[in-house]
Amino acid sequence: MALIKYIEHNGTKHEINVANGTSVMQGAVDNMIDGIVAECGGCCSCATCHCYVDESWVAKTGEATKTESNMLDCVDERQANSRLSCQIIVSDELDGLVVHLPESQY
Amino acid sequence: MAEQTCIIIGASHAAAQLATSLRQEGWLGDIHIVGDEAYLPYHRPPLSKEFLAGKKTEEEILIRQAPIYEKHNIRFSVGFRVTSIDRANKTVVLDNGEILTYDKLALTLGSRVRKVPIAGSDLPGVFYLRTIDDINQIKSYIGEGKNAVIVGGGYIGLETASVLNQLGMNVTVLEMMPRVLQRVTTPELSAFYTRIHTEEGVKIITDSTVNALEGDHQVERVIGSDGSQFNADLVIIGAGILPNTELAESAGLEVNNGIVVDELARTSDKNIVAAGDCTLHPNPIYGRDIRLESVQNAVDQAKTAAATLCGKEKPYHALPWFWSDQYDLKLQIAGLSQGFDEVVIRGDIQSSREFAVFYLKDNAVIAVDAVNKPQEFMFGKKLITNKIKVDKSKLADESISIKELV
Repeated sequence: MALIKYIEHNGTKHEINVANGTSVMQGAVDNMIDGIVAECGGCCSCATCHCYVDESWVAKTGEATKTESNMLDCVDERQANSRLSCQIIVSDELDGLVVHLPESQY
Repeated sequence: MAEQTCIIIGASHAAAQLATSLRQEGWLGDIHIVGDEAYLPYHRPPLSKEFLAGKKTEEEILIRQAPIYEKHNIRFSVGFRVTSIDRANKTVVLDNGEILTYDKLALTLGSRVRKVPIAGSDLPGVFYLRTIDDINQIKSYIGEGKNAVIVGGGYIGLETASVLNQLGMNVTVLEMMPRVLQRVTTPELSAFYTRIHTEEGVKIITDSTVNALEGDHQVERVIGSDGSQFNADLVIIGAGILPNTELAESAGLEVNNGIVVDELARTSDKNIVAAGDCTLHPNPIYGRDIRLESVQNAVDQAKTAAATLCGKEKPYHALPWFWSDQYDLKLQIAGLSQGFDEVVIRGDIQSSREFAVFYLKDNAVIAVDAVNKPQEFMFGKKLITNKIKVDKSKLADESISIKELV
C-alpha cells in the first residue's frame, strides 16, 4: 500500500492509498479523480492517463518504455517528467509519490 | 432531482461509466445497476488476452473496485436479469419477480455472442467467449501440446489463437470467409495477420466451414464441410456478436439494428437513454447511423447519456477507435474505413511488424490501421477529425515524421 498524491492542474490535491501492484492510473480512476481519463483501461493504447511525475520522484519511478515513450510523443505538452500513469505500478518504494495532472487529456 | 431514481440495465463498460458520470454531472438520487452476470463491471478486452493467459486475476480486471461504488452510493443487483420494462408505469421486472421503479432508465444492454448451429456444439470443451465464466471454464481445457481449434478468424478468434499458441497448444483457426478479419479490415491487413500467425506456428485455414463437432464425453474432433478433420481438445467459436435489443423492442422502443438513439443518447422514450454496443446512433464524422462494438463507444456514449439524464447536452461525436493485442503486435485502429477509395501504406507490411495503413477518401484520411506505430495512430486521429488533405507521398515516407503532417 502506498500513499499517492495527485495534484490536479487547478491545484486540487487528492491523497489516495493505492494497493501495491495497482497502477497510478487505476488509483485515480478508482477515486474518480478528474484529469485522468484512461480510455483504454491501462493497456498503453490511448495516452489519456498522462501525468507529470514530481521531480523528486522521477528517479524512483523510472523511465518510460519505448512503446510508452512513443505514445507520450503524441500528448500535447510532453515534458521530461511525463509518464503514462497506467505504466507506473505502485509499490512500497513509491509511498508518498506525487504526480501532477495536465489540464486536459486531449 | 434529489429524489429521483436512475436504474441502469446492464453492468459492463457503459454502465460503469454511466454511473460514474451521473455522479460527476450532479445526479444526487439513487443509482441502481442491474446486471445478469454475477460480477461487478469488468474490462472485457482482457478476456481474450491477459486474463485468458492467466496474467491477470478477476479482481485485477474489474473496472472499479467495490468500495468505490459504495463511496459514491451506486447500488448493484448482479446476477439478475431484467425480463420486461413497463414504460407506462416506469417499472422494470427482474427474473426473481422483483419490481423496481425508475424515474430515469439507462439501457446499457451490450451484446451477446452469435451462436452457430453446429452439430455437437453442446459437447464439453466447446465454448463461446464473452464472459469471465466462459474463460474460467475454458482454462481447464488448456494444456501444453493439446489441440485447440478456433472457429472464426475475427479479432476474438485471432487474439485467442495467439494466447493459446503461446501457452503451448497446437492451434488451428478455421475461417469461413476467404480471409481472416474480412468484416473489419482490408486484404493487406488480413494477409499480414495470416503471415504473423503462421510464423508463430498457428495454422490458418480460410474458406472453411464446420459441419460438426464430434467426441464421446467431450469434443475430440472438428469435421469440416469438405470432409477434413481436425483433432481438438478445445474448441472456441468466435462468430461475432448481436446487440441485445429485445428488451427495448418488447417495451415498444424504436429498434433498428440496435436501440435507436440520437446524438444525446436519447431513445424514443424521453425518460430512457441507451449507450454502448446495443445502440444505433448518428455519427457526425461519417454522416451516417452506426452501431459500434467497442469499449470506446461504450464509454464515450455513456458520458453523453449521463449528461442527458442530468439535463445537460454533451452530444456524442467522438471518433471511433479500436485496438487488438496479439503476440508482440499492438494494432490500433482509428476511424471507419468503409467507402475508402485509396490506401497509403507507411512502412514495410510485407516483412516487418511495424507499419500503418491509411485509408483515404477524396484525398483525406478517413481511417488508419497502425501496427506497433502508436504515433501514426495518435496523429492519424487528428488527420481524420480535422479532415486534413494530406500529401500522400509524405504520408508514405517514413523519413518524414507524421507529426509534421498534422
